[in-house]
Amino acid sequence: MAAIRVASAQGETLTASELLEMLYYMRLQRAVEDLGIKLYYQGRIPGAYFTGRGHEAITVGATYALGPDDLIAPMHRDLAAYIMRGIPVRRVFAQFLDREGGLTHGRDGNIHMGDPGLGIFPFISHMAASVPVAAGMALACRQRGEARVVLTFFGDGATSTGAWHEGVNFAAVFRLPVVLVLENNQYAYSTPLDRQTAARSFVDKAPGYGIPGVGVDGNDIGAVFAATREAVARARGGNGPTLIECRTMRVRGHSEADRYDYVPKALLDEWTARDPIVLFERRLGEDGVLTKEASRAMEERIARELDAGLAWAEESPEPAPESVSDGVYAEPGEA
Amino acid sequence: MAQLTYLEAIREGLQLEMRRDPSVFVIGEDIGVHGGAFGITKGFLDEFGPWRVIDGPLAETANVGAGIGAAVMGMRPVVEMQFADFVTDAMTQVVNMAAKFHWRTRHPLPLVIRMPYGGDIKGGPFHSQCMEAWFVHTPGLKVVVPATAEDAKGLLVAAIRDPNPVLYFEHKHLYRYQREEVPEGDYVTPIGQARVVREGTTLSVFSYGWMLHKCLEAADRAAVEGVAPEVVDLRSLQPLDREAILASVRKTGKALVVHEATRTGGMGAEIAAIIAEEAFDSLDGPVMRLASKDTPVPHSPVLEAVYQPQVDEIAGAIRRLAAY
Repeated sequence: MAAIRVASAQGETLTASELLEMLYYMRLQRAVEDLGIKLYYQGRIPGAYFTGRGHEAITVGATYALGPDDLIAPMHRDLAAYIMRGIPVRRVFAQFLDREGGLTHGRDGNIHMGDPGLGIFPFISHMAASVPVAAGMALACRQRGEARVVLTFFGDGATSTGAWHEGVNFAAVFRLPVVLVLENNQYAYSTPLDRQTAARSFVDKAPGYGIPGVGVDGNDIGAVFAATREAVARARGGNGPTLIECRTMRVRGHSEADRYDYVPKALLDEWTARDPIVLFERRLGEDGVLTKEASRAMEERIARELDAGLAWAEESPEPAPESVSDGVYAEPGEA
Repeated sequence: MAQLTYLEAIREGLQLEMRRDPSVFVIGEDIGVHGGAFGITKGFLDEFGPWRVIDGPLAETANVGAGIGAAVMGMRPVVEMQFADFVTDAMTQVVNMAAKFHWRTRHPLPLVIRMPYGGDIKGGPFHSQCMEAWFVHTPGLKVVVPATAEDAKGLLVAAIRDPNPVLYFEHKHLYRYQREEVPEGDYVTPIGQARVVREGTTLSVFSYGWMLHKCLEAADRAAVEGVAPEVVDLRSLQPLDREAILASVRKTGKALVVHEATRTGGMGAEIAAIIAEEAFDSLDGPVMRLASKDTPVPHSPVLEAVYQPQVDEIAGAIRRLAAY
């Protein structure tokens, strides 16, 4: 039973509707990004375009493990996380198109967006830079006695940075309620794992910080959810951060401009055959949770949401040229 | 009015804000149990406890990044760099995370980074730098540079209450330089307002920080010779009080900019350009700059004395410009 395989150590079991909601978000990320790829090749998305293809189980499984007041600092392969925490699809498309209706109003591109009001810290291009910030968000929760947890995502390349070390160490030293989700997709642009670390596994780094580390199959949404659920409970209980290494594979280029011919074909084939959405659909089908009718209805719902979202984004105006310097500084009274 | 040193004024401003607003907290290296390398936060741990006076690890990226994260959540962190020089270890957080945050998100980021800076403390190349121009050149940051104890307190309070990231440059040589009258209780020195410290008519001298005091001494000497320099304390470099600069130059017709930071690409260049663009018709002489040599800060007192502008040189420049 799929439902049993996504049970967490707390003995929770997800209901059929929860499982279908997880699948919905995985499919939604895939669909939004596939449409984004088309828009990119049509020249309608300025600049670079990135997807999280193959990462959907990590993004959705981990984010689904959070409580309503928790906070996230996602990265550039976690589109569904932004949507799950409250950013509407229409604003994602407006962001892609650099329109006024995007989260950054044309000031930043692609998935570089967030909404502090929704507890979503906006990603920047500097890998792992959000890790110390996530620790600081957790620090504020700790200072105010709020039982909230901060979950941050980062890649294998990010673990090589000083910011990652400093952020993880800081969170560990103060036993802050942080969940550290590593999306090990085996490549940082063209750089393979053996140029990021000499450690046998990223999980091995956790004891060096005095925190627990756990490795899971990043294409198994049940495994990701269960591990994150435990880490969230540990964090909320005052027992500090956990490092969760989710092993997957980046099955497209770093960006859409990247032909990724440096990735061995056998490796790509192996992981493409393990598509996390297909794996989850198969399990839900076997369990009778996902019927053909329900599957079709979900696809139709997503198609409608995409149509409406893109239409709204295209209606959204270009940012006004005279507004370019608006908001460089906050005005007194904003905080 | 209390008689306080610049250091005591910083401490008082910080302490009053922490008492007034429970969201204000301090984080940095050695600031809690030890009270800070210069003793600014001595006694704070006992008064405010370990979650508001945080001894952070030796990690500037973590401490600034944590400050940013807490500020996003509505706290008002004051992050102490033990020495301003160490901010290089946190540049991504300052320049990319903090500076661009409001512009990207329209959400405020009330963050203060205390930057103990400047030379004449026998600190050498890694404990003496004046890097304020780097941050002035980064849109989204505010930069303040108090020269007096009164402004040290008033600008710190203003920085803490500001909804933006503010780099607060406190000059280490001024910490115990003299006792000055400091207003008691709650007040702010508004960010972005220069102050005419000494009125004059012959020429305008623009300066800030430790150099302001050298300029005042040089102006005293020049006054004996019948020259009447106007001395303006810039106090804030971003935003810069362009109106005060232009008003003074329009009155005197001549301008000298003096700073301790190195010359090339420094604030002097910016101020000279503003004057050339906006007050060209008022000028009766070339805009002059005196600054430290384009050299790392030397450790030897003999070398540092020739590295940074001295009162004699400033007085000489005032004399030459007056005679032009």
